[in-house]
Amino acid sequence: MIDIKNISKWYGNFRVLTDCTTTINKGDVVVVCGPSGSGKSTLIKTVNALEPIQQGDIVVDGTSISDKKTNLPKLRSRVGMVFQHFELFPHLSITDNLTLAQIKVLGRSKDEAIKRGLKMLDRVGLSAQKDKFPGQLSGGQQQRVAIARALSMDPIVMLFDEPTSALDPEMVGEVLDVMVGLAHEGMTMMCVTHEMGFAKRVSNKVIFMDAGKIVEDCSKDDFFGNPEARSPRAKEFLSKILQH
Amino acid sequence: MLNLDFSFLTWAVIKSNIVPGLLYSLQLTLVTMVGGILLGTFVALMRLSSKPWLQRVAAVYVDTLRSIPLLMVILWFYLLIPTGFYAAIAGSYGVDHRPELAAVITFTFFEAAYYAEIMRAGIQSVPRGQVYAGYAVGMTYAQCMRLVVLPQAFRNMLPVLLTQTIVLFQDTSLVYAIGAYDFLKGFLTVGQIYNRPDEVLLPAAACYFVISFSLSMLVRRLQSRIQIIR
Repeated sequence: MIDIKNISKWYGNFRVLTDCTTTINKGDVVVVCGPSGSGKSTLIKTVNALEPIQQGDIVVDGTSISDKKTNLPKLRSRVGMVFQHFELFPHLSITDNLTLAQIKVLGRSKDEAIKRGLKMLDRVGLSAQKDKFPGQLSGGQQQRVAIARALSMDPIVMLFDEPTSALDPEMVGEVLDVMVGLAHEGMTMMCVTHEMGFAKRVSNKVIFMDAGKIVEDCSKDDFFGNPEARSPRAKEFLSKILQH
Repeated sequence: MLNLDFSFLTWAVIKSNIVPGLLYSLQLTLVTMVGGILLGTFVALMRLSSKPWLQRVAAVYVDTLRSIPLLMVILWFYLLIPTGFYAAIAGSYGVDHRPELAAVITFTFFEAAYYAEIMRAGIQSVPRGQVYAGYAVGMTYAQCMRLVVLPQAFRNMLPVLLTQTIVLFQDTSLVYAIGAYDFLKGFLTVGQIYNRPDEVLLPAAACYFVISFSLSMLVRRLQSRIQIIR
C-alpha cells in the first residue's frame, strides 16, 4: 500500500531524513516511535507529500508522490491525516468541518456529505456536538472530530502524527479507544506515537527512528518481546520506557 | 470675538449642496474599501508566494505607494490617466465626472497597498498547521486559501481593516485637490455661495468627527463579537 524507498530530506544543509525505506501493507498498523527530533513526524508528513523529499520516492497505492504528473491534492484526499494539534477549522461548525472537503474536494452533494460526516461523528461518539464550534470542545473531543473528518473522506490509509501528545492525560484514552476500534476494523494505519501501550495492543509492526534514520523495522513481537536482538539505541529507548 | 453666523445652513441648503457630497464620499470609501481589500488580498498572496519574482513585483508595488504622499498620488493619477481611459470605462459619465472617477481609481490602488500589508499579517497569523490540514484533506492551494486561510485571516484582521477604512474615509477629503465634489467640497461650496468660508469648516469637522468616531466605537463592539473561539 505504501512503499517508502530510500528517501532523504534536508532543511538547508541539515539532513533530517537519511535513506529511509519501509513498506506498509494493507491492513497494517504501524507504530513509528523514537526520541524527539528523530524525524518521525517529518517521515509521516512525507507520505502525503506535506513535506517534500529531495531523494528517493514514496509510492502510495500505486501512485508515486515525486512524479511530476501526480495530482497531489487528489492523492492526499485518499490519505487521512490526524495532527498533533487537531487542526480543525476554527471558523467552521463541527458539521462544516466534516463536510467541507467532501463537498469541495470529492464533489459530494451537501446531503450526502452531511450524512457521511454525521455517521463518522456518531462513530467517534460526538453526535451531540454537531452544531458547536471546535473551540467549544475539549482537546480529546476535537481530536475525535479530527479523526471523523479524516474518515469522512473514505481514506485508504490513515496517518496519525502524535495524536495524543497535546492532550490532557485524562483525554488520551478516548482518542486511543477510537484508534483501537479503527485498527480492529482493518484500517491501514501509520501512527507516530509515544503510547507504547497502544503499540503493544494493536500494532503489528514497529518502526524505531533515531537521528533521521530508521533503526528498527520489525514486528511488534520482535520489538517488545526480544529486546536483546535490538540495536543499542533501541535497547536504550526500550529500557527507559519499559521500566515504568 | 469671532462673529459666527450659521443661519444660512438650512436643510434646503444642506440637502442640495452637502448631502450629494456626503453620498459621494461614502460611495468612494465603500467602493475603495471593497476594491482595495480584494486587490490588497491578491497583492498579499503575491508577497507570500513562493515565486521570487511575484514577491518582488508585490513588494515594489506596496513600497512605492506607501512611500509617496497620498496627495501626490491623487494628483499624479488624475494628471496621468488619459481622458480617453475614463471615457472608456464610464462612457460619457467619465468625461463629466473625471475627478470623481479618478479618485475612485486612485484610492483603490493606493489603499490596496495598505490593505495588502494588513492581509499579509492576517494570513501569517493563521497557524501553518491549518494549511497542512487543508492540504491533507486534498485541497488545492487556491481552495486552501479561499476556504481555510483567508476566512480566518479576514476575521483576525477585520478590526484593523475597518480602522484603516475609517482613516480612508478621512483621507477622501484630499480629493479636494482635484476638485471632486465630496463631503468637504459640499461644505466649501456652501461657504462660497453664502460668503461664509470660515464658518463651514466647523460643521464640516464636526461631521467628520461624529462619523469617524461612531464607526470606531462600532469597530470596538464588533471586535469582541467576531473573535474566533480557540
